[in-house]
Formats: sequence, structure tokens, C-alpha cells
Amino acid sequence: MITVSNLSKHFNRLDVLKSITIDFNAGKSFAMIGPNGSGKTTLIKCILGMVLPDQGEIRVNGKPISNDWHYRQGIGYMPQIGRYPDQMKIGQLFDMIRDLRQDQTRLDEDLIKEFKLDQMKDKRMHTLSGGTRQKVSASLAFLFHPPILILDEPTAGLDPLAVEALKAKIRCEENKDKLFLISSHIMSDLDELSAYVVYLEEGKILFNDSIETLKKETGESKLGKAIAMVMKRNSKATEGR
Amino acid sequence: MIKIAKYVLYDILRNRIIILYTLFLLVVTLSMFSLDSDPGKSTLSLLNIILLVLPLVSIIFTTIHFFNSYEFIELLLSQPVNRKTIFFAEFVALSLALSLAYLIGVALPMLVLNYNGSSIYMTLAGLLLTFVFVALAFGASVSTRDKAKAIGVALLFWFYFTLIYDGFILYIIYSFSDYPLEKVTLTLVSLNPIDLARIIILLKLDLSALMGYTGAFYKNFFGSNLGIIYSFLSLAVWTLAPLMLAMRRFVRKDI
Repeated sequence: MITVSNLSKHFNRLDVLKSITIDFNAGKSFAMIGPNGSGKTTLIKCILGMVLPDQGEIRVNGKPISNDWHYRQGIGYMPQIGRYPDQMKIGQLFDMIRDLRQDQTRLDEDLIKEFKLDQMKDKRMHTLSGGTRQKVSASLAFLFHPPILILDEPTAGLDPLAVEALKAKIRCEENKDKLFLISSHIMSDLDELSAYVVYLEEGKILFNDSIETLKKETGESKLGKAIAMVMKRNSKATEGR
Repeated sequence: MIKIAKYVLYDILRNRIIILYTLFLLVVTLSMFSLDSDPGKSTLSLLNIILLVLPLVSIIFTTIHFFNSYEFIELLLSQPVNRKTIFFAEFVALSLALSLAYLIGVALPMLVLNYNGSSIYMTLAGLLLTFVFVALAFGASVSTRDKAKAIGVALLFWFYFTLIYDGFILYIIYSFSDYPLEKVTLTLVSLNPIDLARIIILLKLDLSALMGYTGAFYKNFFGSNLGIIYSFLSLAVWTLAPLMLAMRRFVRKDI
């Protein structure tokens, strides 16, 4: 569904992505893991066309995404830090996005109801707490039944109740054969939500397989410990060189 | 595009600065006309203020607004919307808001109090000047990620066109005064949108006698229909060229 080939990107002198090649297939759920600054968000922004790669190509449903924007109809995106126009009210924000996407009539308002956002329609965005903003971002991502969902640290900043609600929603949608790309630092969440893991470090993909395989390989029963093993092994290998 | 422009416009109008700007222009215009009994003189004094304030406010307001709406642009970019559409929507909304402020604050009272050719020209020139400086502000905004730097670049544009360029022209005319410079200065004037606007209005106010031989030459050129078309076309080029450059940059920018 999403094919990334030889993708490279640098910001000034820093190489953020170094020739990344990966396939994300429909119906699978990928966990994106990696230390801070490993290029997870940059990869996501490249897929969304917000950051333009220096080299390489991304195809969504077989079509290259450069100079195209129609493909974003099929993507729901929840950013790491949702930033919205200060003066806008929650209700206006949803109205505006709906207004822009009039092609879509089937709406998924489960999360809006779950998070009780419909009860604070008149609150302005700049008065919202970080967690409420995250709720808005999550509701927007799921609003149009997109076949691809990209969630950048979805559970960060949410209260435990909201985290469970969001996870339940993700699991529910996963059963509908959607592609999920979830980046997070909370291993237990990813362990529950994803079947596959992509491990990025310094702009390279070091591991891309199912979580089961990773656990077997390292002999750990928890994703967090398994990943820690990979990271340690890795740093030893670099020291040894 | 109109949909997005509508939301941007709504956001701008909620911001009180644009209303303060309108009120400021209104106060200046009304006081100019009540201070002097000769409406021609009032128009002239008004012109000098407008030529300083209008470019400054247009360019700084647009630059700051562009950076403040970064979140909005980010949000739209994750939706199926063309980047060019977002860019032009921002431009349309900003030039519309600033033009409205100018129309209500200056053009309307001026046309009511002193309806003649020079007032109509001043209205047109002011509107075009607003577009030019909004376009220049977009150029400054997309050139960097740093808000302070972009405002610096915007201010530099303003200084350049209001002060530095004038000095430069004076220097050329002074040092080459032995040569026939009419055509050269005519070209040089076209390179500065503020000068273009000023000359159109000064000629219409019939103050060109004060400008000596060059003034007579200008009157000959700018006074004719061809000259008027030429000067308005130059101002249009001054809007479109920076706008297109900024758009190309924006389409390739990492957000």
C-alpha cells in the first residue's frame, strides 16, 4: 500500500534518513520504534508530503506521491504535537475540515463522542490542554474512515481513560483491514496494538519483522526488553568496529 | 481555494490589529481633511503618510500572520489539499483584508470629501501597493523558517523601497546631471513600486511644476494614457513576480 524506496533526506548537514526502503502492506499494523532523532517523524512527514525527500520515491497505492495531493484522501494523520489555529473553536475546526472534505459523507464520530468533544464545541483551541488537543487530533485522524492511519505518538499526554478508549478504537479499526503506522516510545502500548515492528536508528532501518520473530530471536517475552536487547547489541557492534 | 480563504479571512478579522489599522487610517484621513481647507493639499499630506504606513503595515502584518498561521498550514497539508491552493488562499485573504482596511480607512472618506481624478488614482495606487507589499511579505516569509529573520527581511524591503532606493536615485541623478537622464530615471522609477505610486498621484495632483524639467518629462509620459497603463502594469508585475517566486519556494518547502 505504501512503498518507500531509497528515501534519503538531510537537514543542513544532518542526514536524517539514509536510503530507506520499506513496504507497508494493507491490513498490517506497524510499530515504529527508534531513539529520539532517529528519523521516525521525518519518514512520516515524507509519506504525508510535508517534507520533500532529496532522493528516492514513495508510492501510495502504486502511484508516486510527488506533485500529487489526492492520495491524502486515504490517510488519517495524528501528529505528535497537534497545532491548531488559536482562535478557532473545536466545533469550527471540525466543521472546517468537513467542509474541505465534502467528498466524504460517511463520518466516523466514535472518538468525538468517546472523548466528549461534542460537549465542548465552543472552546477555543488555545484554551485547550495538551491532552485535549491530542483527543482532537485523534478524532480528526479517524473522522473519514481512512484506509491508512498514521499515528505519531498517539498516547503521549492522554489520561489513562482516554488511552484505553483510543487503543480500543485502534484495535477495532485494525480488524477492518486497515494499514496502521504507529510511532511511540511506550512499548507496552505497541506490544498490544501492532504485529510488526520497524526499528529505526540514525536514519536507517535496523529491524523490520513481526514482533513474534523479534521476541523469539531475543528470547524475551516483552517487546520493551526485546528492543532494549537489539539496541544494546547494536551499540556493542558499533563499539567493536 | 475560496473556502480556505474564507477561514483565513475569518481568522484575520478576529484579530483586532486589522481593525485598529482601519481606525488609524480613518483618523489620519479625517484629520488631514479637517486641518486644511484646500482638499488638494490634504490629499498631498495624506499621500505622504499613506506611502510610508501602508507598505510597512502590509508587509509586517502579512509576515507575522504567515508565521502565526503555520499551524493552520500544517493542518491543511495533512488533508487532501493542494499546496498551491493553500498559498493562494492565504494571499487572497491577506490582500483582501488589508485592502478592505484601506478602502474603509482612506479611500471611502477621501472619495466622499474630495471626489476627483487624483482621489480615484490614489485609491487604485493604494490598492495595488497593498498587493505588492503582501506579495513581498510572502517572499520574505518563505525564505526562512525563523520568524524574527523573516520580519527582518520584510523590514529591509520596506527600508529599501522607502529610503535607500530614493537615496540611490538621487545619487545617480546628481552625479550624472550633465547627461540626459530622463529615460534612465524612468526605468529606475519603475523598479520601485512606492515611487511609481507617488509619481502617478503627484502628476494627477498637478504638482509636477515643482519637479522642474524631469517633472515636465514625467508629465509628458505618465500623464498620457500609455504612461498610466504602463505604471499600473508595472505595479501588477511588482505583485505577480514576487508572488510567483514565493509560490515556487513554498511548494518545495519542508513544513
